[in-house]
Amino acid sequence: MSIFVNKDTRVVVQGITGKEGQFHTRNCVAYGTRVVAGVTPGKAGQDMDGIPIFNTVADAVGRTGADCSLIFVPPAFAADAIMEAADAGIRVIVAITEGIPILDMMKVKNYIEGRPVRLIGPNCPGIITPGEAKIGIMPAPIHTPGGPIGVVSRSGTLTYEVVHQLTRQGIGQTTCIGIGGDPVNGTNFVDCLEAFEKDSATDGVVMVGEIGGNAEETAAEFIQARMTKPVVGFIAGLTAPPGRRMGHAGAIISGGSGTAQAKIAAMKAAGIHVCENLGTFGELCKQVFK
Amino acid sequence: MKIHEYQAKELFKKYRIPVPAGGVAFSVEEAGKVAAGLGGWPVVVKAQIHAGGRGKGGGVKLARSAEEVREAAGRILGMTLVTHQTGPEGRRVRKLLVEQGLSIAKELYLSIVPDRATAKVVIIASEAGGMDIEEVAARSPEKIIKAFVNPLLGLQAFHCRQLAFGLNLSPAAAKSFTTMIQNLFRLFVEYDCSLVEINPLVLTPEEGLIALDAKLTLDDNALFRHKDILEFRDLDEENPLEVEASKYSLNYINLDGNVGNMVNGAGLAMATMDIIKLAGAEPANFLDVGGGASAEMVENGFRIILSDKNVRGILINIFGGILRCDTLARGVVEAATKTGIQVPVVVRMEGTNVEEGRRILAESGLNLITAEDLRDAAKKVAEIVK
Repeated sequence: MSIFVNKDTRVVVQGITGKEGQFHTRNCVAYGTRVVAGVTPGKAGQDMDGIPIFNTVADAVGRTGADCSLIFVPPAFAADAIMEAADAGIRVIVAITEGIPILDMMKVKNYIEGRPVRLIGPNCPGIITPGEAKIGIMPAPIHTPGGPIGVVSRSGTLTYEVVHQLTRQGIGQTTCIGIGGDPVNGTNFVDCLEAFEKDSATDGVVMVGEIGGNAEETAAEFIQARMTKPVVGFIAGLTAPPGRRMGHAGAIISGGSGTAQAKIAAMKAAGIHVCENLGTFGELCKQVFK
Repeated sequence: MKIHEYQAKELFKKYRIPVPAGGVAFSVEEAGKVAAGLGGWPVVVKAQIHAGGRGKGGGVKLARSAEEVREAAGRILGMTLVTHQTGPEGRRVRKLLVEQGLSIAKELYLSIVPDRATAKVVIIASEAGGMDIEEVAARSPEKIIKAFVNPLLGLQAFHCRQLAFGLNLSPAAAKSFTTMIQNLFRLFVEYDCSLVEINPLVLTPEEGLIALDAKLTLDDNALFRHKDILEFRDLDEENPLEVEASKYSLNYINLDGNVGNMVNGAGLAMATMDIIKLAGAEPANFLDVGGGASAEMVENGFRIILSDKNVRGILINIFGGILRCDTLARGVVEAATKTGIQVPVVVRMEGTNVEEGRRILAESGLNLITAEDLRDAAKKVAEIVK
């Protein structure tokens, strides 16, 4: 079992002919992901390694039955690409693009509200169900198929670090999701926690957060009220100075809110096993999930 | 991107939002000329820096004569202004805004920001203007009014009524408030702002509304569609190393410690800073070379870390994904060879092409310290700078 995506997921890649799109599509295909179509406006009829290219997402869905979209479109056009995918009936949209203006994302968020679509990202590494489907840019070999741990994170490479430590401890993963480092994103911690709680193959969850906003605090409330499975958490940015954007658009301590200290306190109070030293993350998971 | 008050007020004028008569001055003489052109006393002389709290720090002075303007301008220009937002090192004042003094009936607060939790644009207003709004929110939350605007639909008339009535404005003042908030909202959206704040918004005895202060921040991710605003960027207000880093699309923030670090990915970079601190040392910077960094970017990152004279040791932590370890290794070797690195460098690599990367480093003949994992890396670099 897994959440959101599996071996049957049929992927269309938006921006498949760009440098990033080509590179990562090939990696996804090599992993076994069913990439059934690509979209690059004006290039319909062509193909990329035998994957048919269409002008619009609607065409791709109509002709190939794609139900998931992976987006590599540049920031200026990415919001439009997400709305196009939602409009075409795509079920899961994975937006990798970093640097989308916040007003664009706010429009997207309001546009997809109430539609039967799940947006993952933007500014994220994507989602992987190890052994079944890799829909994103994460390095495949660090993952271990078969579960029983689910991973949800706001970060990219920090997720790789955490997954790598799990694998080194012999702990496999059901699904690993990067929800993205932007202030306005699609799927949030609670959506993933809820899905992992319901997933029979998942026995515990790893949650990786960072400074900025209050997503971790909201997640902590949910965990305390609704989750029976153990959660191990980590928050990056204890040493981050206030008022400075730490790389991710969403990672900023403003007006005293969004600090790592406050998040860690809220998570501990909710019964989450908070790892304070990233170097020992795998060991803590080994203890908690044994 | 932050801009100065006088620049924000130029944008306000463009959108017909009333501001006091005034002008920018770069010298005492210019300040005198601007003041003389205003045709009345008093005038206000305001330091222009990218930080709030200027009044309390002595950066805002009232002047009732040409003599007093010269005195105030002379005192403020060139001063190092320390406020709660500048940090203890303060900011050197290089520009002034000289403005007509106003008669004030009441001071209000008004701001527009994106609300990340609801994905709505939120307009915040309060009758308790002129004060720190976060203090007001903490002490008397009932004095804060919020209107949430769906960005797909835009500002509606009911939002304006909600705010105007909430502020207890007279019908005449409510009318000019509505026009003003409509213009301000248009400015917010058309320039992709991440903050527009007027504190105080002055209600005059004649029921007019004037933006006495103006704070405006633009979304860095949207600057590509606002080329006209780029000339507002003031490099004097930024850390020189950070300006240099931005030329190479490197995400660098200068900090106070002595352990330089280079990491790929913002989350991992923050976590690396944290683990340096846990090991008993202080990070000298945040540096995210990004997912798709080239050998050249790594080299430039190295050079920038080394231009910080406090750096006594460097920790490189790369989790190879898109950025492959061999690419990183080549950049490090190139940079180390060119710059002749004098400080010890601890390298921790993992992920894509890690064997090839380790081989390149080992065969380089450079004195690089390799670490097994993150904990080991932090420990090694902390010992070096001890």
